[in-house]
Amino acid sequence: MDLNVDVAWIVDHLDELAYRTFQHLLLASIAVGIGFVISFFLAVIAVRRRAAYAPILAFSDVLYTIPSLALFAVLISVTGITLLTVEIPLVMYTLVIFVRNIAAGFDSVPTDVIGAADGLGYTSSQRLWRVEVPLAVPLIIAGLRLAAVSTIGLVTVTSILGDSFGGLGFFILEGYRRSFPTELYFGAIPSILLAFLVDALLVRMERSITPWARSAAVAS
Amino acid sequence: MGILADTLAWLTDPTHWSGPTGIPNRLVEHVGLSAASLLIALVIALPVGLYIGHTRRGVALAVNTANLWRALPSLAVIAIVLPITASIDPRAGFLVYPTVVAMVVLAVPPILVNAYTGIVGVDRDIVEAARGQGIDERRILTDVELPLSVPVLITGIRSAAVQVVATATLGAIFGFGGLGRFLVDGFAQYTLGGAAQMLGGVVLVAGLVIATDLSFAALQRALTPRALRLHSSVEGPLA
Amino acid sequence: MNAVELEFLNVSKRYGSLAVVNDLSLKVPAGRICVFVGPSGCGKTTSLKMVNRLIEPTSGEILIGGRNVMSEDPIELRRGIGYVIQQVGLLPHLTVAGNIAIVPRLLGWDAARVRARVEELMELVGLDVGRYRDRYPAQLSGGERQRVGVARALAADPPLMLMDEPFGAVDPIVRERLQDELLHLQERLAKTIVFVTHDIDEAIKMGDLVAVLQVGGVLAQFGPPAQILAHPASEFVARFVGADRALKLLSLRTVADLDLKPADTPDGPLLTQDMTLRDALSEILAAGTMSGRVVDESGRVVGEASIEQIAAALRETAARKPA
Repeated sequence: MDLNVDVAWIVDHLDELAYRTFQHLLLASIAVGIGFVISFFLAVIAVRRRAAYAPILAFSDVLYTIPSLALFAVLISVTGITLLTVEIPLVMYTLVIFVRNIAAGFDSVPTDVIGAADGLGYTSSQRLWRVEVPLAVPLIIAGLRLAAVSTIGLVTVTSILGDSFGGLGFFILEGYRRSFPTELYFGAIPSILLAFLVDALLVRMERSITPWARSAAVAS
Repeated sequence: MGILADTLAWLTDPTHWSGPTGIPNRLVEHVGLSAASLLIALVIALPVGLYIGHTRRGVALAVNTANLWRALPSLAVIAIVLPITASIDPRAGFLVYPTVVAMVVLAVPPILVNAYTGIVGVDRDIVEAARGQGIDERRILTDVELPLSVPVLITGIRSAAVQVVATATLGAIFGFGGLGRFLVDGFAQYTLGGAAQMLGGVVLVAGLVIATDLSFAALQRALTPRALRLHSSVEGPLA
Repeated sequence: MNAVELEFLNVSKRYGSLAVVNDLSLKVPAGRICVFVGPSGCGKTTSLKMVNRLIEPTSGEILIGGRNVMSEDPIELRRGIGYVIQQVGLLPHLTVAGNIAIVPRLLGWDAARVRARVEELMELVGLDVGRYRDRYPAQLSGGERQRVGVARALAADPPLMLMDEPFGAVDPIVRERLQDELLHLQERLAKTIVFVTHDIDEAIKMGDLVAVLQVGGVLAQFGPPAQILAHPASEFVARFVGADRALKLLSLRTVADLDLKPADTPDGPLLTQDMTLRDALSEILAAGTMSGRVVDESGRVVGEASIEQIAAALRETAARKPA
């Protein structure tokens, strides 16, 4: 492999980089968005009905053991090579991460706070949205970070399904197939940077929506 | 359904069970690479995790680095390492090392974080009582903190092992063997009857992953001091 | 004055065959503090929680102002009762002002009215508005948190307050201050308060009426503190109040209650008029004399108080008919 960087090629393909980056983020966002909504409801059920907690968690653990490549492979037989084939596995993997973290978030709300909230006269839906959810946010965002970052990684793998998918993984695969390291890195480095960027943004977001946690650190 | 029958036929075909491209050999490749990666990750992550857990020093640095590594997409890591190691060793450096590196990067965070969390989770009173009796620091770590943090620690290693075995399939995209080979080759020849091979690979990989998970679960049960087993299950942040 | 009468009528709470509260009947007049006191397992907290229906009674009725609590929607009921617990349970993600404003906001008050009320309450409980308004619970000390808890419970001006070991989690010095401040507050607000504690001294200090409960949720005695101390109704009560109940009785009176003799001895410790008889007795005994000299605010000796006088005052208190 020729390790020299082909700068001319890079400059030529910058618009493609933009396109693939956008595609990458789009594929990831769809999966994370849908996964989050489904997981949120599952987590509320898991916390409200303790009997459902173990089965829901066990189910999501089983999902986790299925390798991404294998899941895409199975889905090809069912849905061909379409957006669904890409998104269903991505969503399933986010479920694994989200359900556990959201449920843990709800569990982290101190019982005396719940008792006080009941005593004050919150209805159970008010208590959920105004007390439990805000206090579960740190763990929910921790889950969001993990899910977002791992989904960004998984999107690169979708490149094996064809040219119309893969996001930045497209360059990785092409670069490999043509033994062209410049293109290889053209895909690999931005995907890593993208993952870091999204992670950093989510950390920022968490800090800005939990001012009470910040002041605790300051006070101690 | 026809495809399931085809898959079953593929799996039971004796020619697929012999030779360098046969199932056993691929299994050995896959398990070998996974085990090697896990071992390397253990050598890196375990001492660091135990150290920062025991001394509470360098925690922020180590945890932030672990989180950073967790964010790295494995495919990208393989891709980045490949040209570099290929120029060093054209054979193994092309086929094997990139995947190993990516798997090590994948396995280190859960092991490190859980090692740290496990040690930190040990009741401080117990540690101070031991220190007060005159037990030296190294013994405190090995005889007091380590046994008590085994559940959390093994959970981390188990999580790492499962992730590595599952993700090692990606190596096949870049020419490595292992069980991923069936997935990638089968997909490449999908319309020409490769579907059975692909799905056969799925079954094999899923089976291996489940077997790995169960093995480590058994190991966890075996290594947990009996007294701790009475407590409700302790899980680290990455389960 | 905004207060209401509270009545328990044969209230029981059973879990299977285990009775946690057993046939409890008592009446708390409006504007009074009633303390439920007893050892662990006597059902005092359970009884309290049945008033705002955090726990539902198995049998019997609880009447607030003559109305059965079961006839009202539990959420509405709770918004009309102030509730303070030991760990306070401040919502960590809301500021001090946000916490105090919870019930008024749930009741739909407009923003200006809420803001004014929050400031009024913060001043009432002794928290400087400018400094504490926007602080989060994590930035407060234990005593400060308790004050916010009390302010929060008072926010909608409820006629009834339930307090479950509210001062249990703070150190003794802070606790004494908070107790004094609550009593002071009560002089102004005159609410009906049910106060749960395991500490007999706190019960005697805080209560207009004391309900002594024993394990199994049985009411052992109900009456003013002086009556419980002077005439314990059973051996359990006598043991629970302690062998020093006579001294505890003395802490209910002050030196100012005594008819002072003219001071003719030059020695003896100096006693102030607001000192309890118990403390006065302690001072006299410590000094090794038989009496002490009472001074007024300016330090002038106005009379003498002897051990005999104190003993006489004790006899008189013990002999008083229950109110």
